[in-house]
Amino acid sequence: MILVALRRLLSAIPVLFIVSLISFGLMRLIPGDPAASIAGPSATPAQIDQLRRDLGLDEPLLMQLLHYYQGLLQGDFGKSLLLGKGVLAATLERLPVTIGLSLYALVLTLLIGVTSGIIAALRQNTWVDQVAMMIAMLGISIPNFFLGLLMIIFFAVQLGWLPSGGYVPFSQDPIGWLRSTTMPAISLALLQAGLLARITRSGMLEVLRQDYVRTARAKGLPERQVILKHALANALIPIVTVIGIIISLLLSGAVVTEALFSLPGMGQLLTQAVLSRDYPMVQGGLLLVTTFLVVVNILVDILYAMIDPRVRYE
Amino acid sequence: MSDAAAIDAEGIALKREHPARATIKRLLRHRLFMTGLVLFLIIAITAILAPWITDTDPNRLSMRNKFKPPGEGWVFGTDSFGRSLWSRVVWGAQLSMLIGASVVALNAVFGILIGAAAGYFRRIDNLLMRINDALMAFPAILLAIAVTSVLGPSTFNVILALGIVYIPRTARIVRSSVIVLREMEFVQAAVAAGAGHWRILTRHILPNAMAPVIVQLSFLFAFAVLSEATLSFLGVGAVPPTPTWGNIMAEGRDFMREAPWIITIPGIALMITVMGLNFLGDGLRDVLDPRLRIQQ
Repeated sequence: MILVALRRLLSAIPVLFIVSLISFGLMRLIPGDPAASIAGPSATPAQIDQLRRDLGLDEPLLMQLLHYYQGLLQGDFGKSLLLGKGVLAATLERLPVTIGLSLYALVLTLLIGVTSGIIAALRQNTWVDQVAMMIAMLGISIPNFFLGLLMIIFFAVQLGWLPSGGYVPFSQDPIGWLRSTTMPAISLALLQAGLLARITRSGMLEVLRQDYVRTARAKGLPERQVILKHALANALIPIVTVIGIIISLLLSGAVVTEALFSLPGMGQLLTQAVLSRDYPMVQGGLLLVTTFLVVVNILVDILYAMIDPRVRYE
Repeated sequence: MSDAAAIDAEGIALKREHPARATIKRLLRHRLFMTGLVLFLIIAITAILAPWITDTDPNRLSMRNKFKPPGEGWVFGTDSFGRSLWSRVVWGAQLSMLIGASVVALNAVFGILIGAAAGYFRRIDNLLMRINDALMAFPAILLAIAVTSVLGPSTFNVILALGIVYIPRTARIVRSSVIVLREMEFVQAAVAAGAGHWRILTRHILPNAMAPVIVQLSFLFAFAVLSEATLSFLGVGAVPPTPTWGNIMAEGRDFMREAPWIITIPGIALMITVMGLNFLGDGLRDVLDPRLRIQQ
């Protein structure tokens, strides 16, 4: 068990190293003079020179790389030009919004996805199954920002039930938080819920065919117990493996959803950074989010090894 | 048709179908695949016919005609500048298809190249796959946004960014097929017969590794169209007034009350495209790659 965890942690080191190199290289891809590009067309040559020195772009590439890693090891992910503060600080400030939204969406995803997947599998090839799978396909195919826009048009503009944007922190007003995050969370959750419903359904069908399910039925266990105790527990294993992917999709989706509903989270921070050419923020933010995802995936793998003993002996 | 039919010992003609034809037949009978094909073709044909089925320039302003609802005179209505939405959405379809196809082409070339190299030449496998893992660790859309923002927003850079972002996924699929195939007896036979690496890869291994790649590429087409719309919706894709579906929807955001059709019409077009391609991919997976089939 500890071995699995250790091996997984070690394998993340080269990945994180290359991720950080890519993030570093990204800003060097700017065509022409990055300093001039960031400063904008109205900047004087002196301002551009100043910016170049501030960003350390006047040094040789190897020194830049060295300083970059020196900074990273000390938890310095660069400094946002727009906000005038560290990338890490700016990110941590916005993180609670994104985490809250993502968790809300994750709960919805699991609730909708797993339930409809199980029901579809138990009623295989009936109209219930077909309708559930049609809806799942619809959920996968509807772009989350389009769904968000449709909900704004319908529930905010036409009916006036929910606000079309803005954010209320949970600590201030839980009901207000729910009102401001329900539409974003639903629009964010539907894609993953659709995927999960399909995975749950096929996992469940696979398990229901197994001999031990037949044995459980043969020895006269009530159907409820067969489904919940014998089948579901095993059908849940493939679901755990895709949780890492789901969280990655949620964070990607949050970028768009936050921009759409003007929620002040990580996604909005990064989109604004991109639009205002705040490259240090883009670089550092991208690195932070990706590092976070790598850590989540390690945790998922460890969790997987904990639930499924077969993994440990591979 | 002499090669399609074989004569057995007793001289009875046995009809033997060419495998490719059998696959096509099964696809044509697959309901989901055919639905997807029809949906996709509707959009694709509209995109190709764009110059002939639109009579107004998608960027022609006509302030007198702004916010005309869909109907009389304006099939899809007009936007806040009085531009014909029919024109803009149809030309947007063309751009979406063009970008989707280019991303798929770019992705196929490099994904197959990298995947085959990694799977076939064990020595570079480790290095290539570590880079692959790192690229896959980034959330796809975020990386694409960062790349386009650095290169500058333009249609070409969107293609480049989306192409790069999804290459690792294709490469990994190709690699895992190649690793299995490389150990197969018919490949060993080719090695024994003195075939070179290039011949073994292109004649023996890759043709047998294509089924999952084709499935992946049809889903990738859907991702590409969707991501392009997302990027231009966020303002980091093709520059307005280029009529992309994302741009049109972004412009419609300020007029949701008076002209919701500016958002709903390109949104539905986008949805039809993505759904069609997803159906196509599901159908292809069922027929080409039964191992991956979702239980029926």
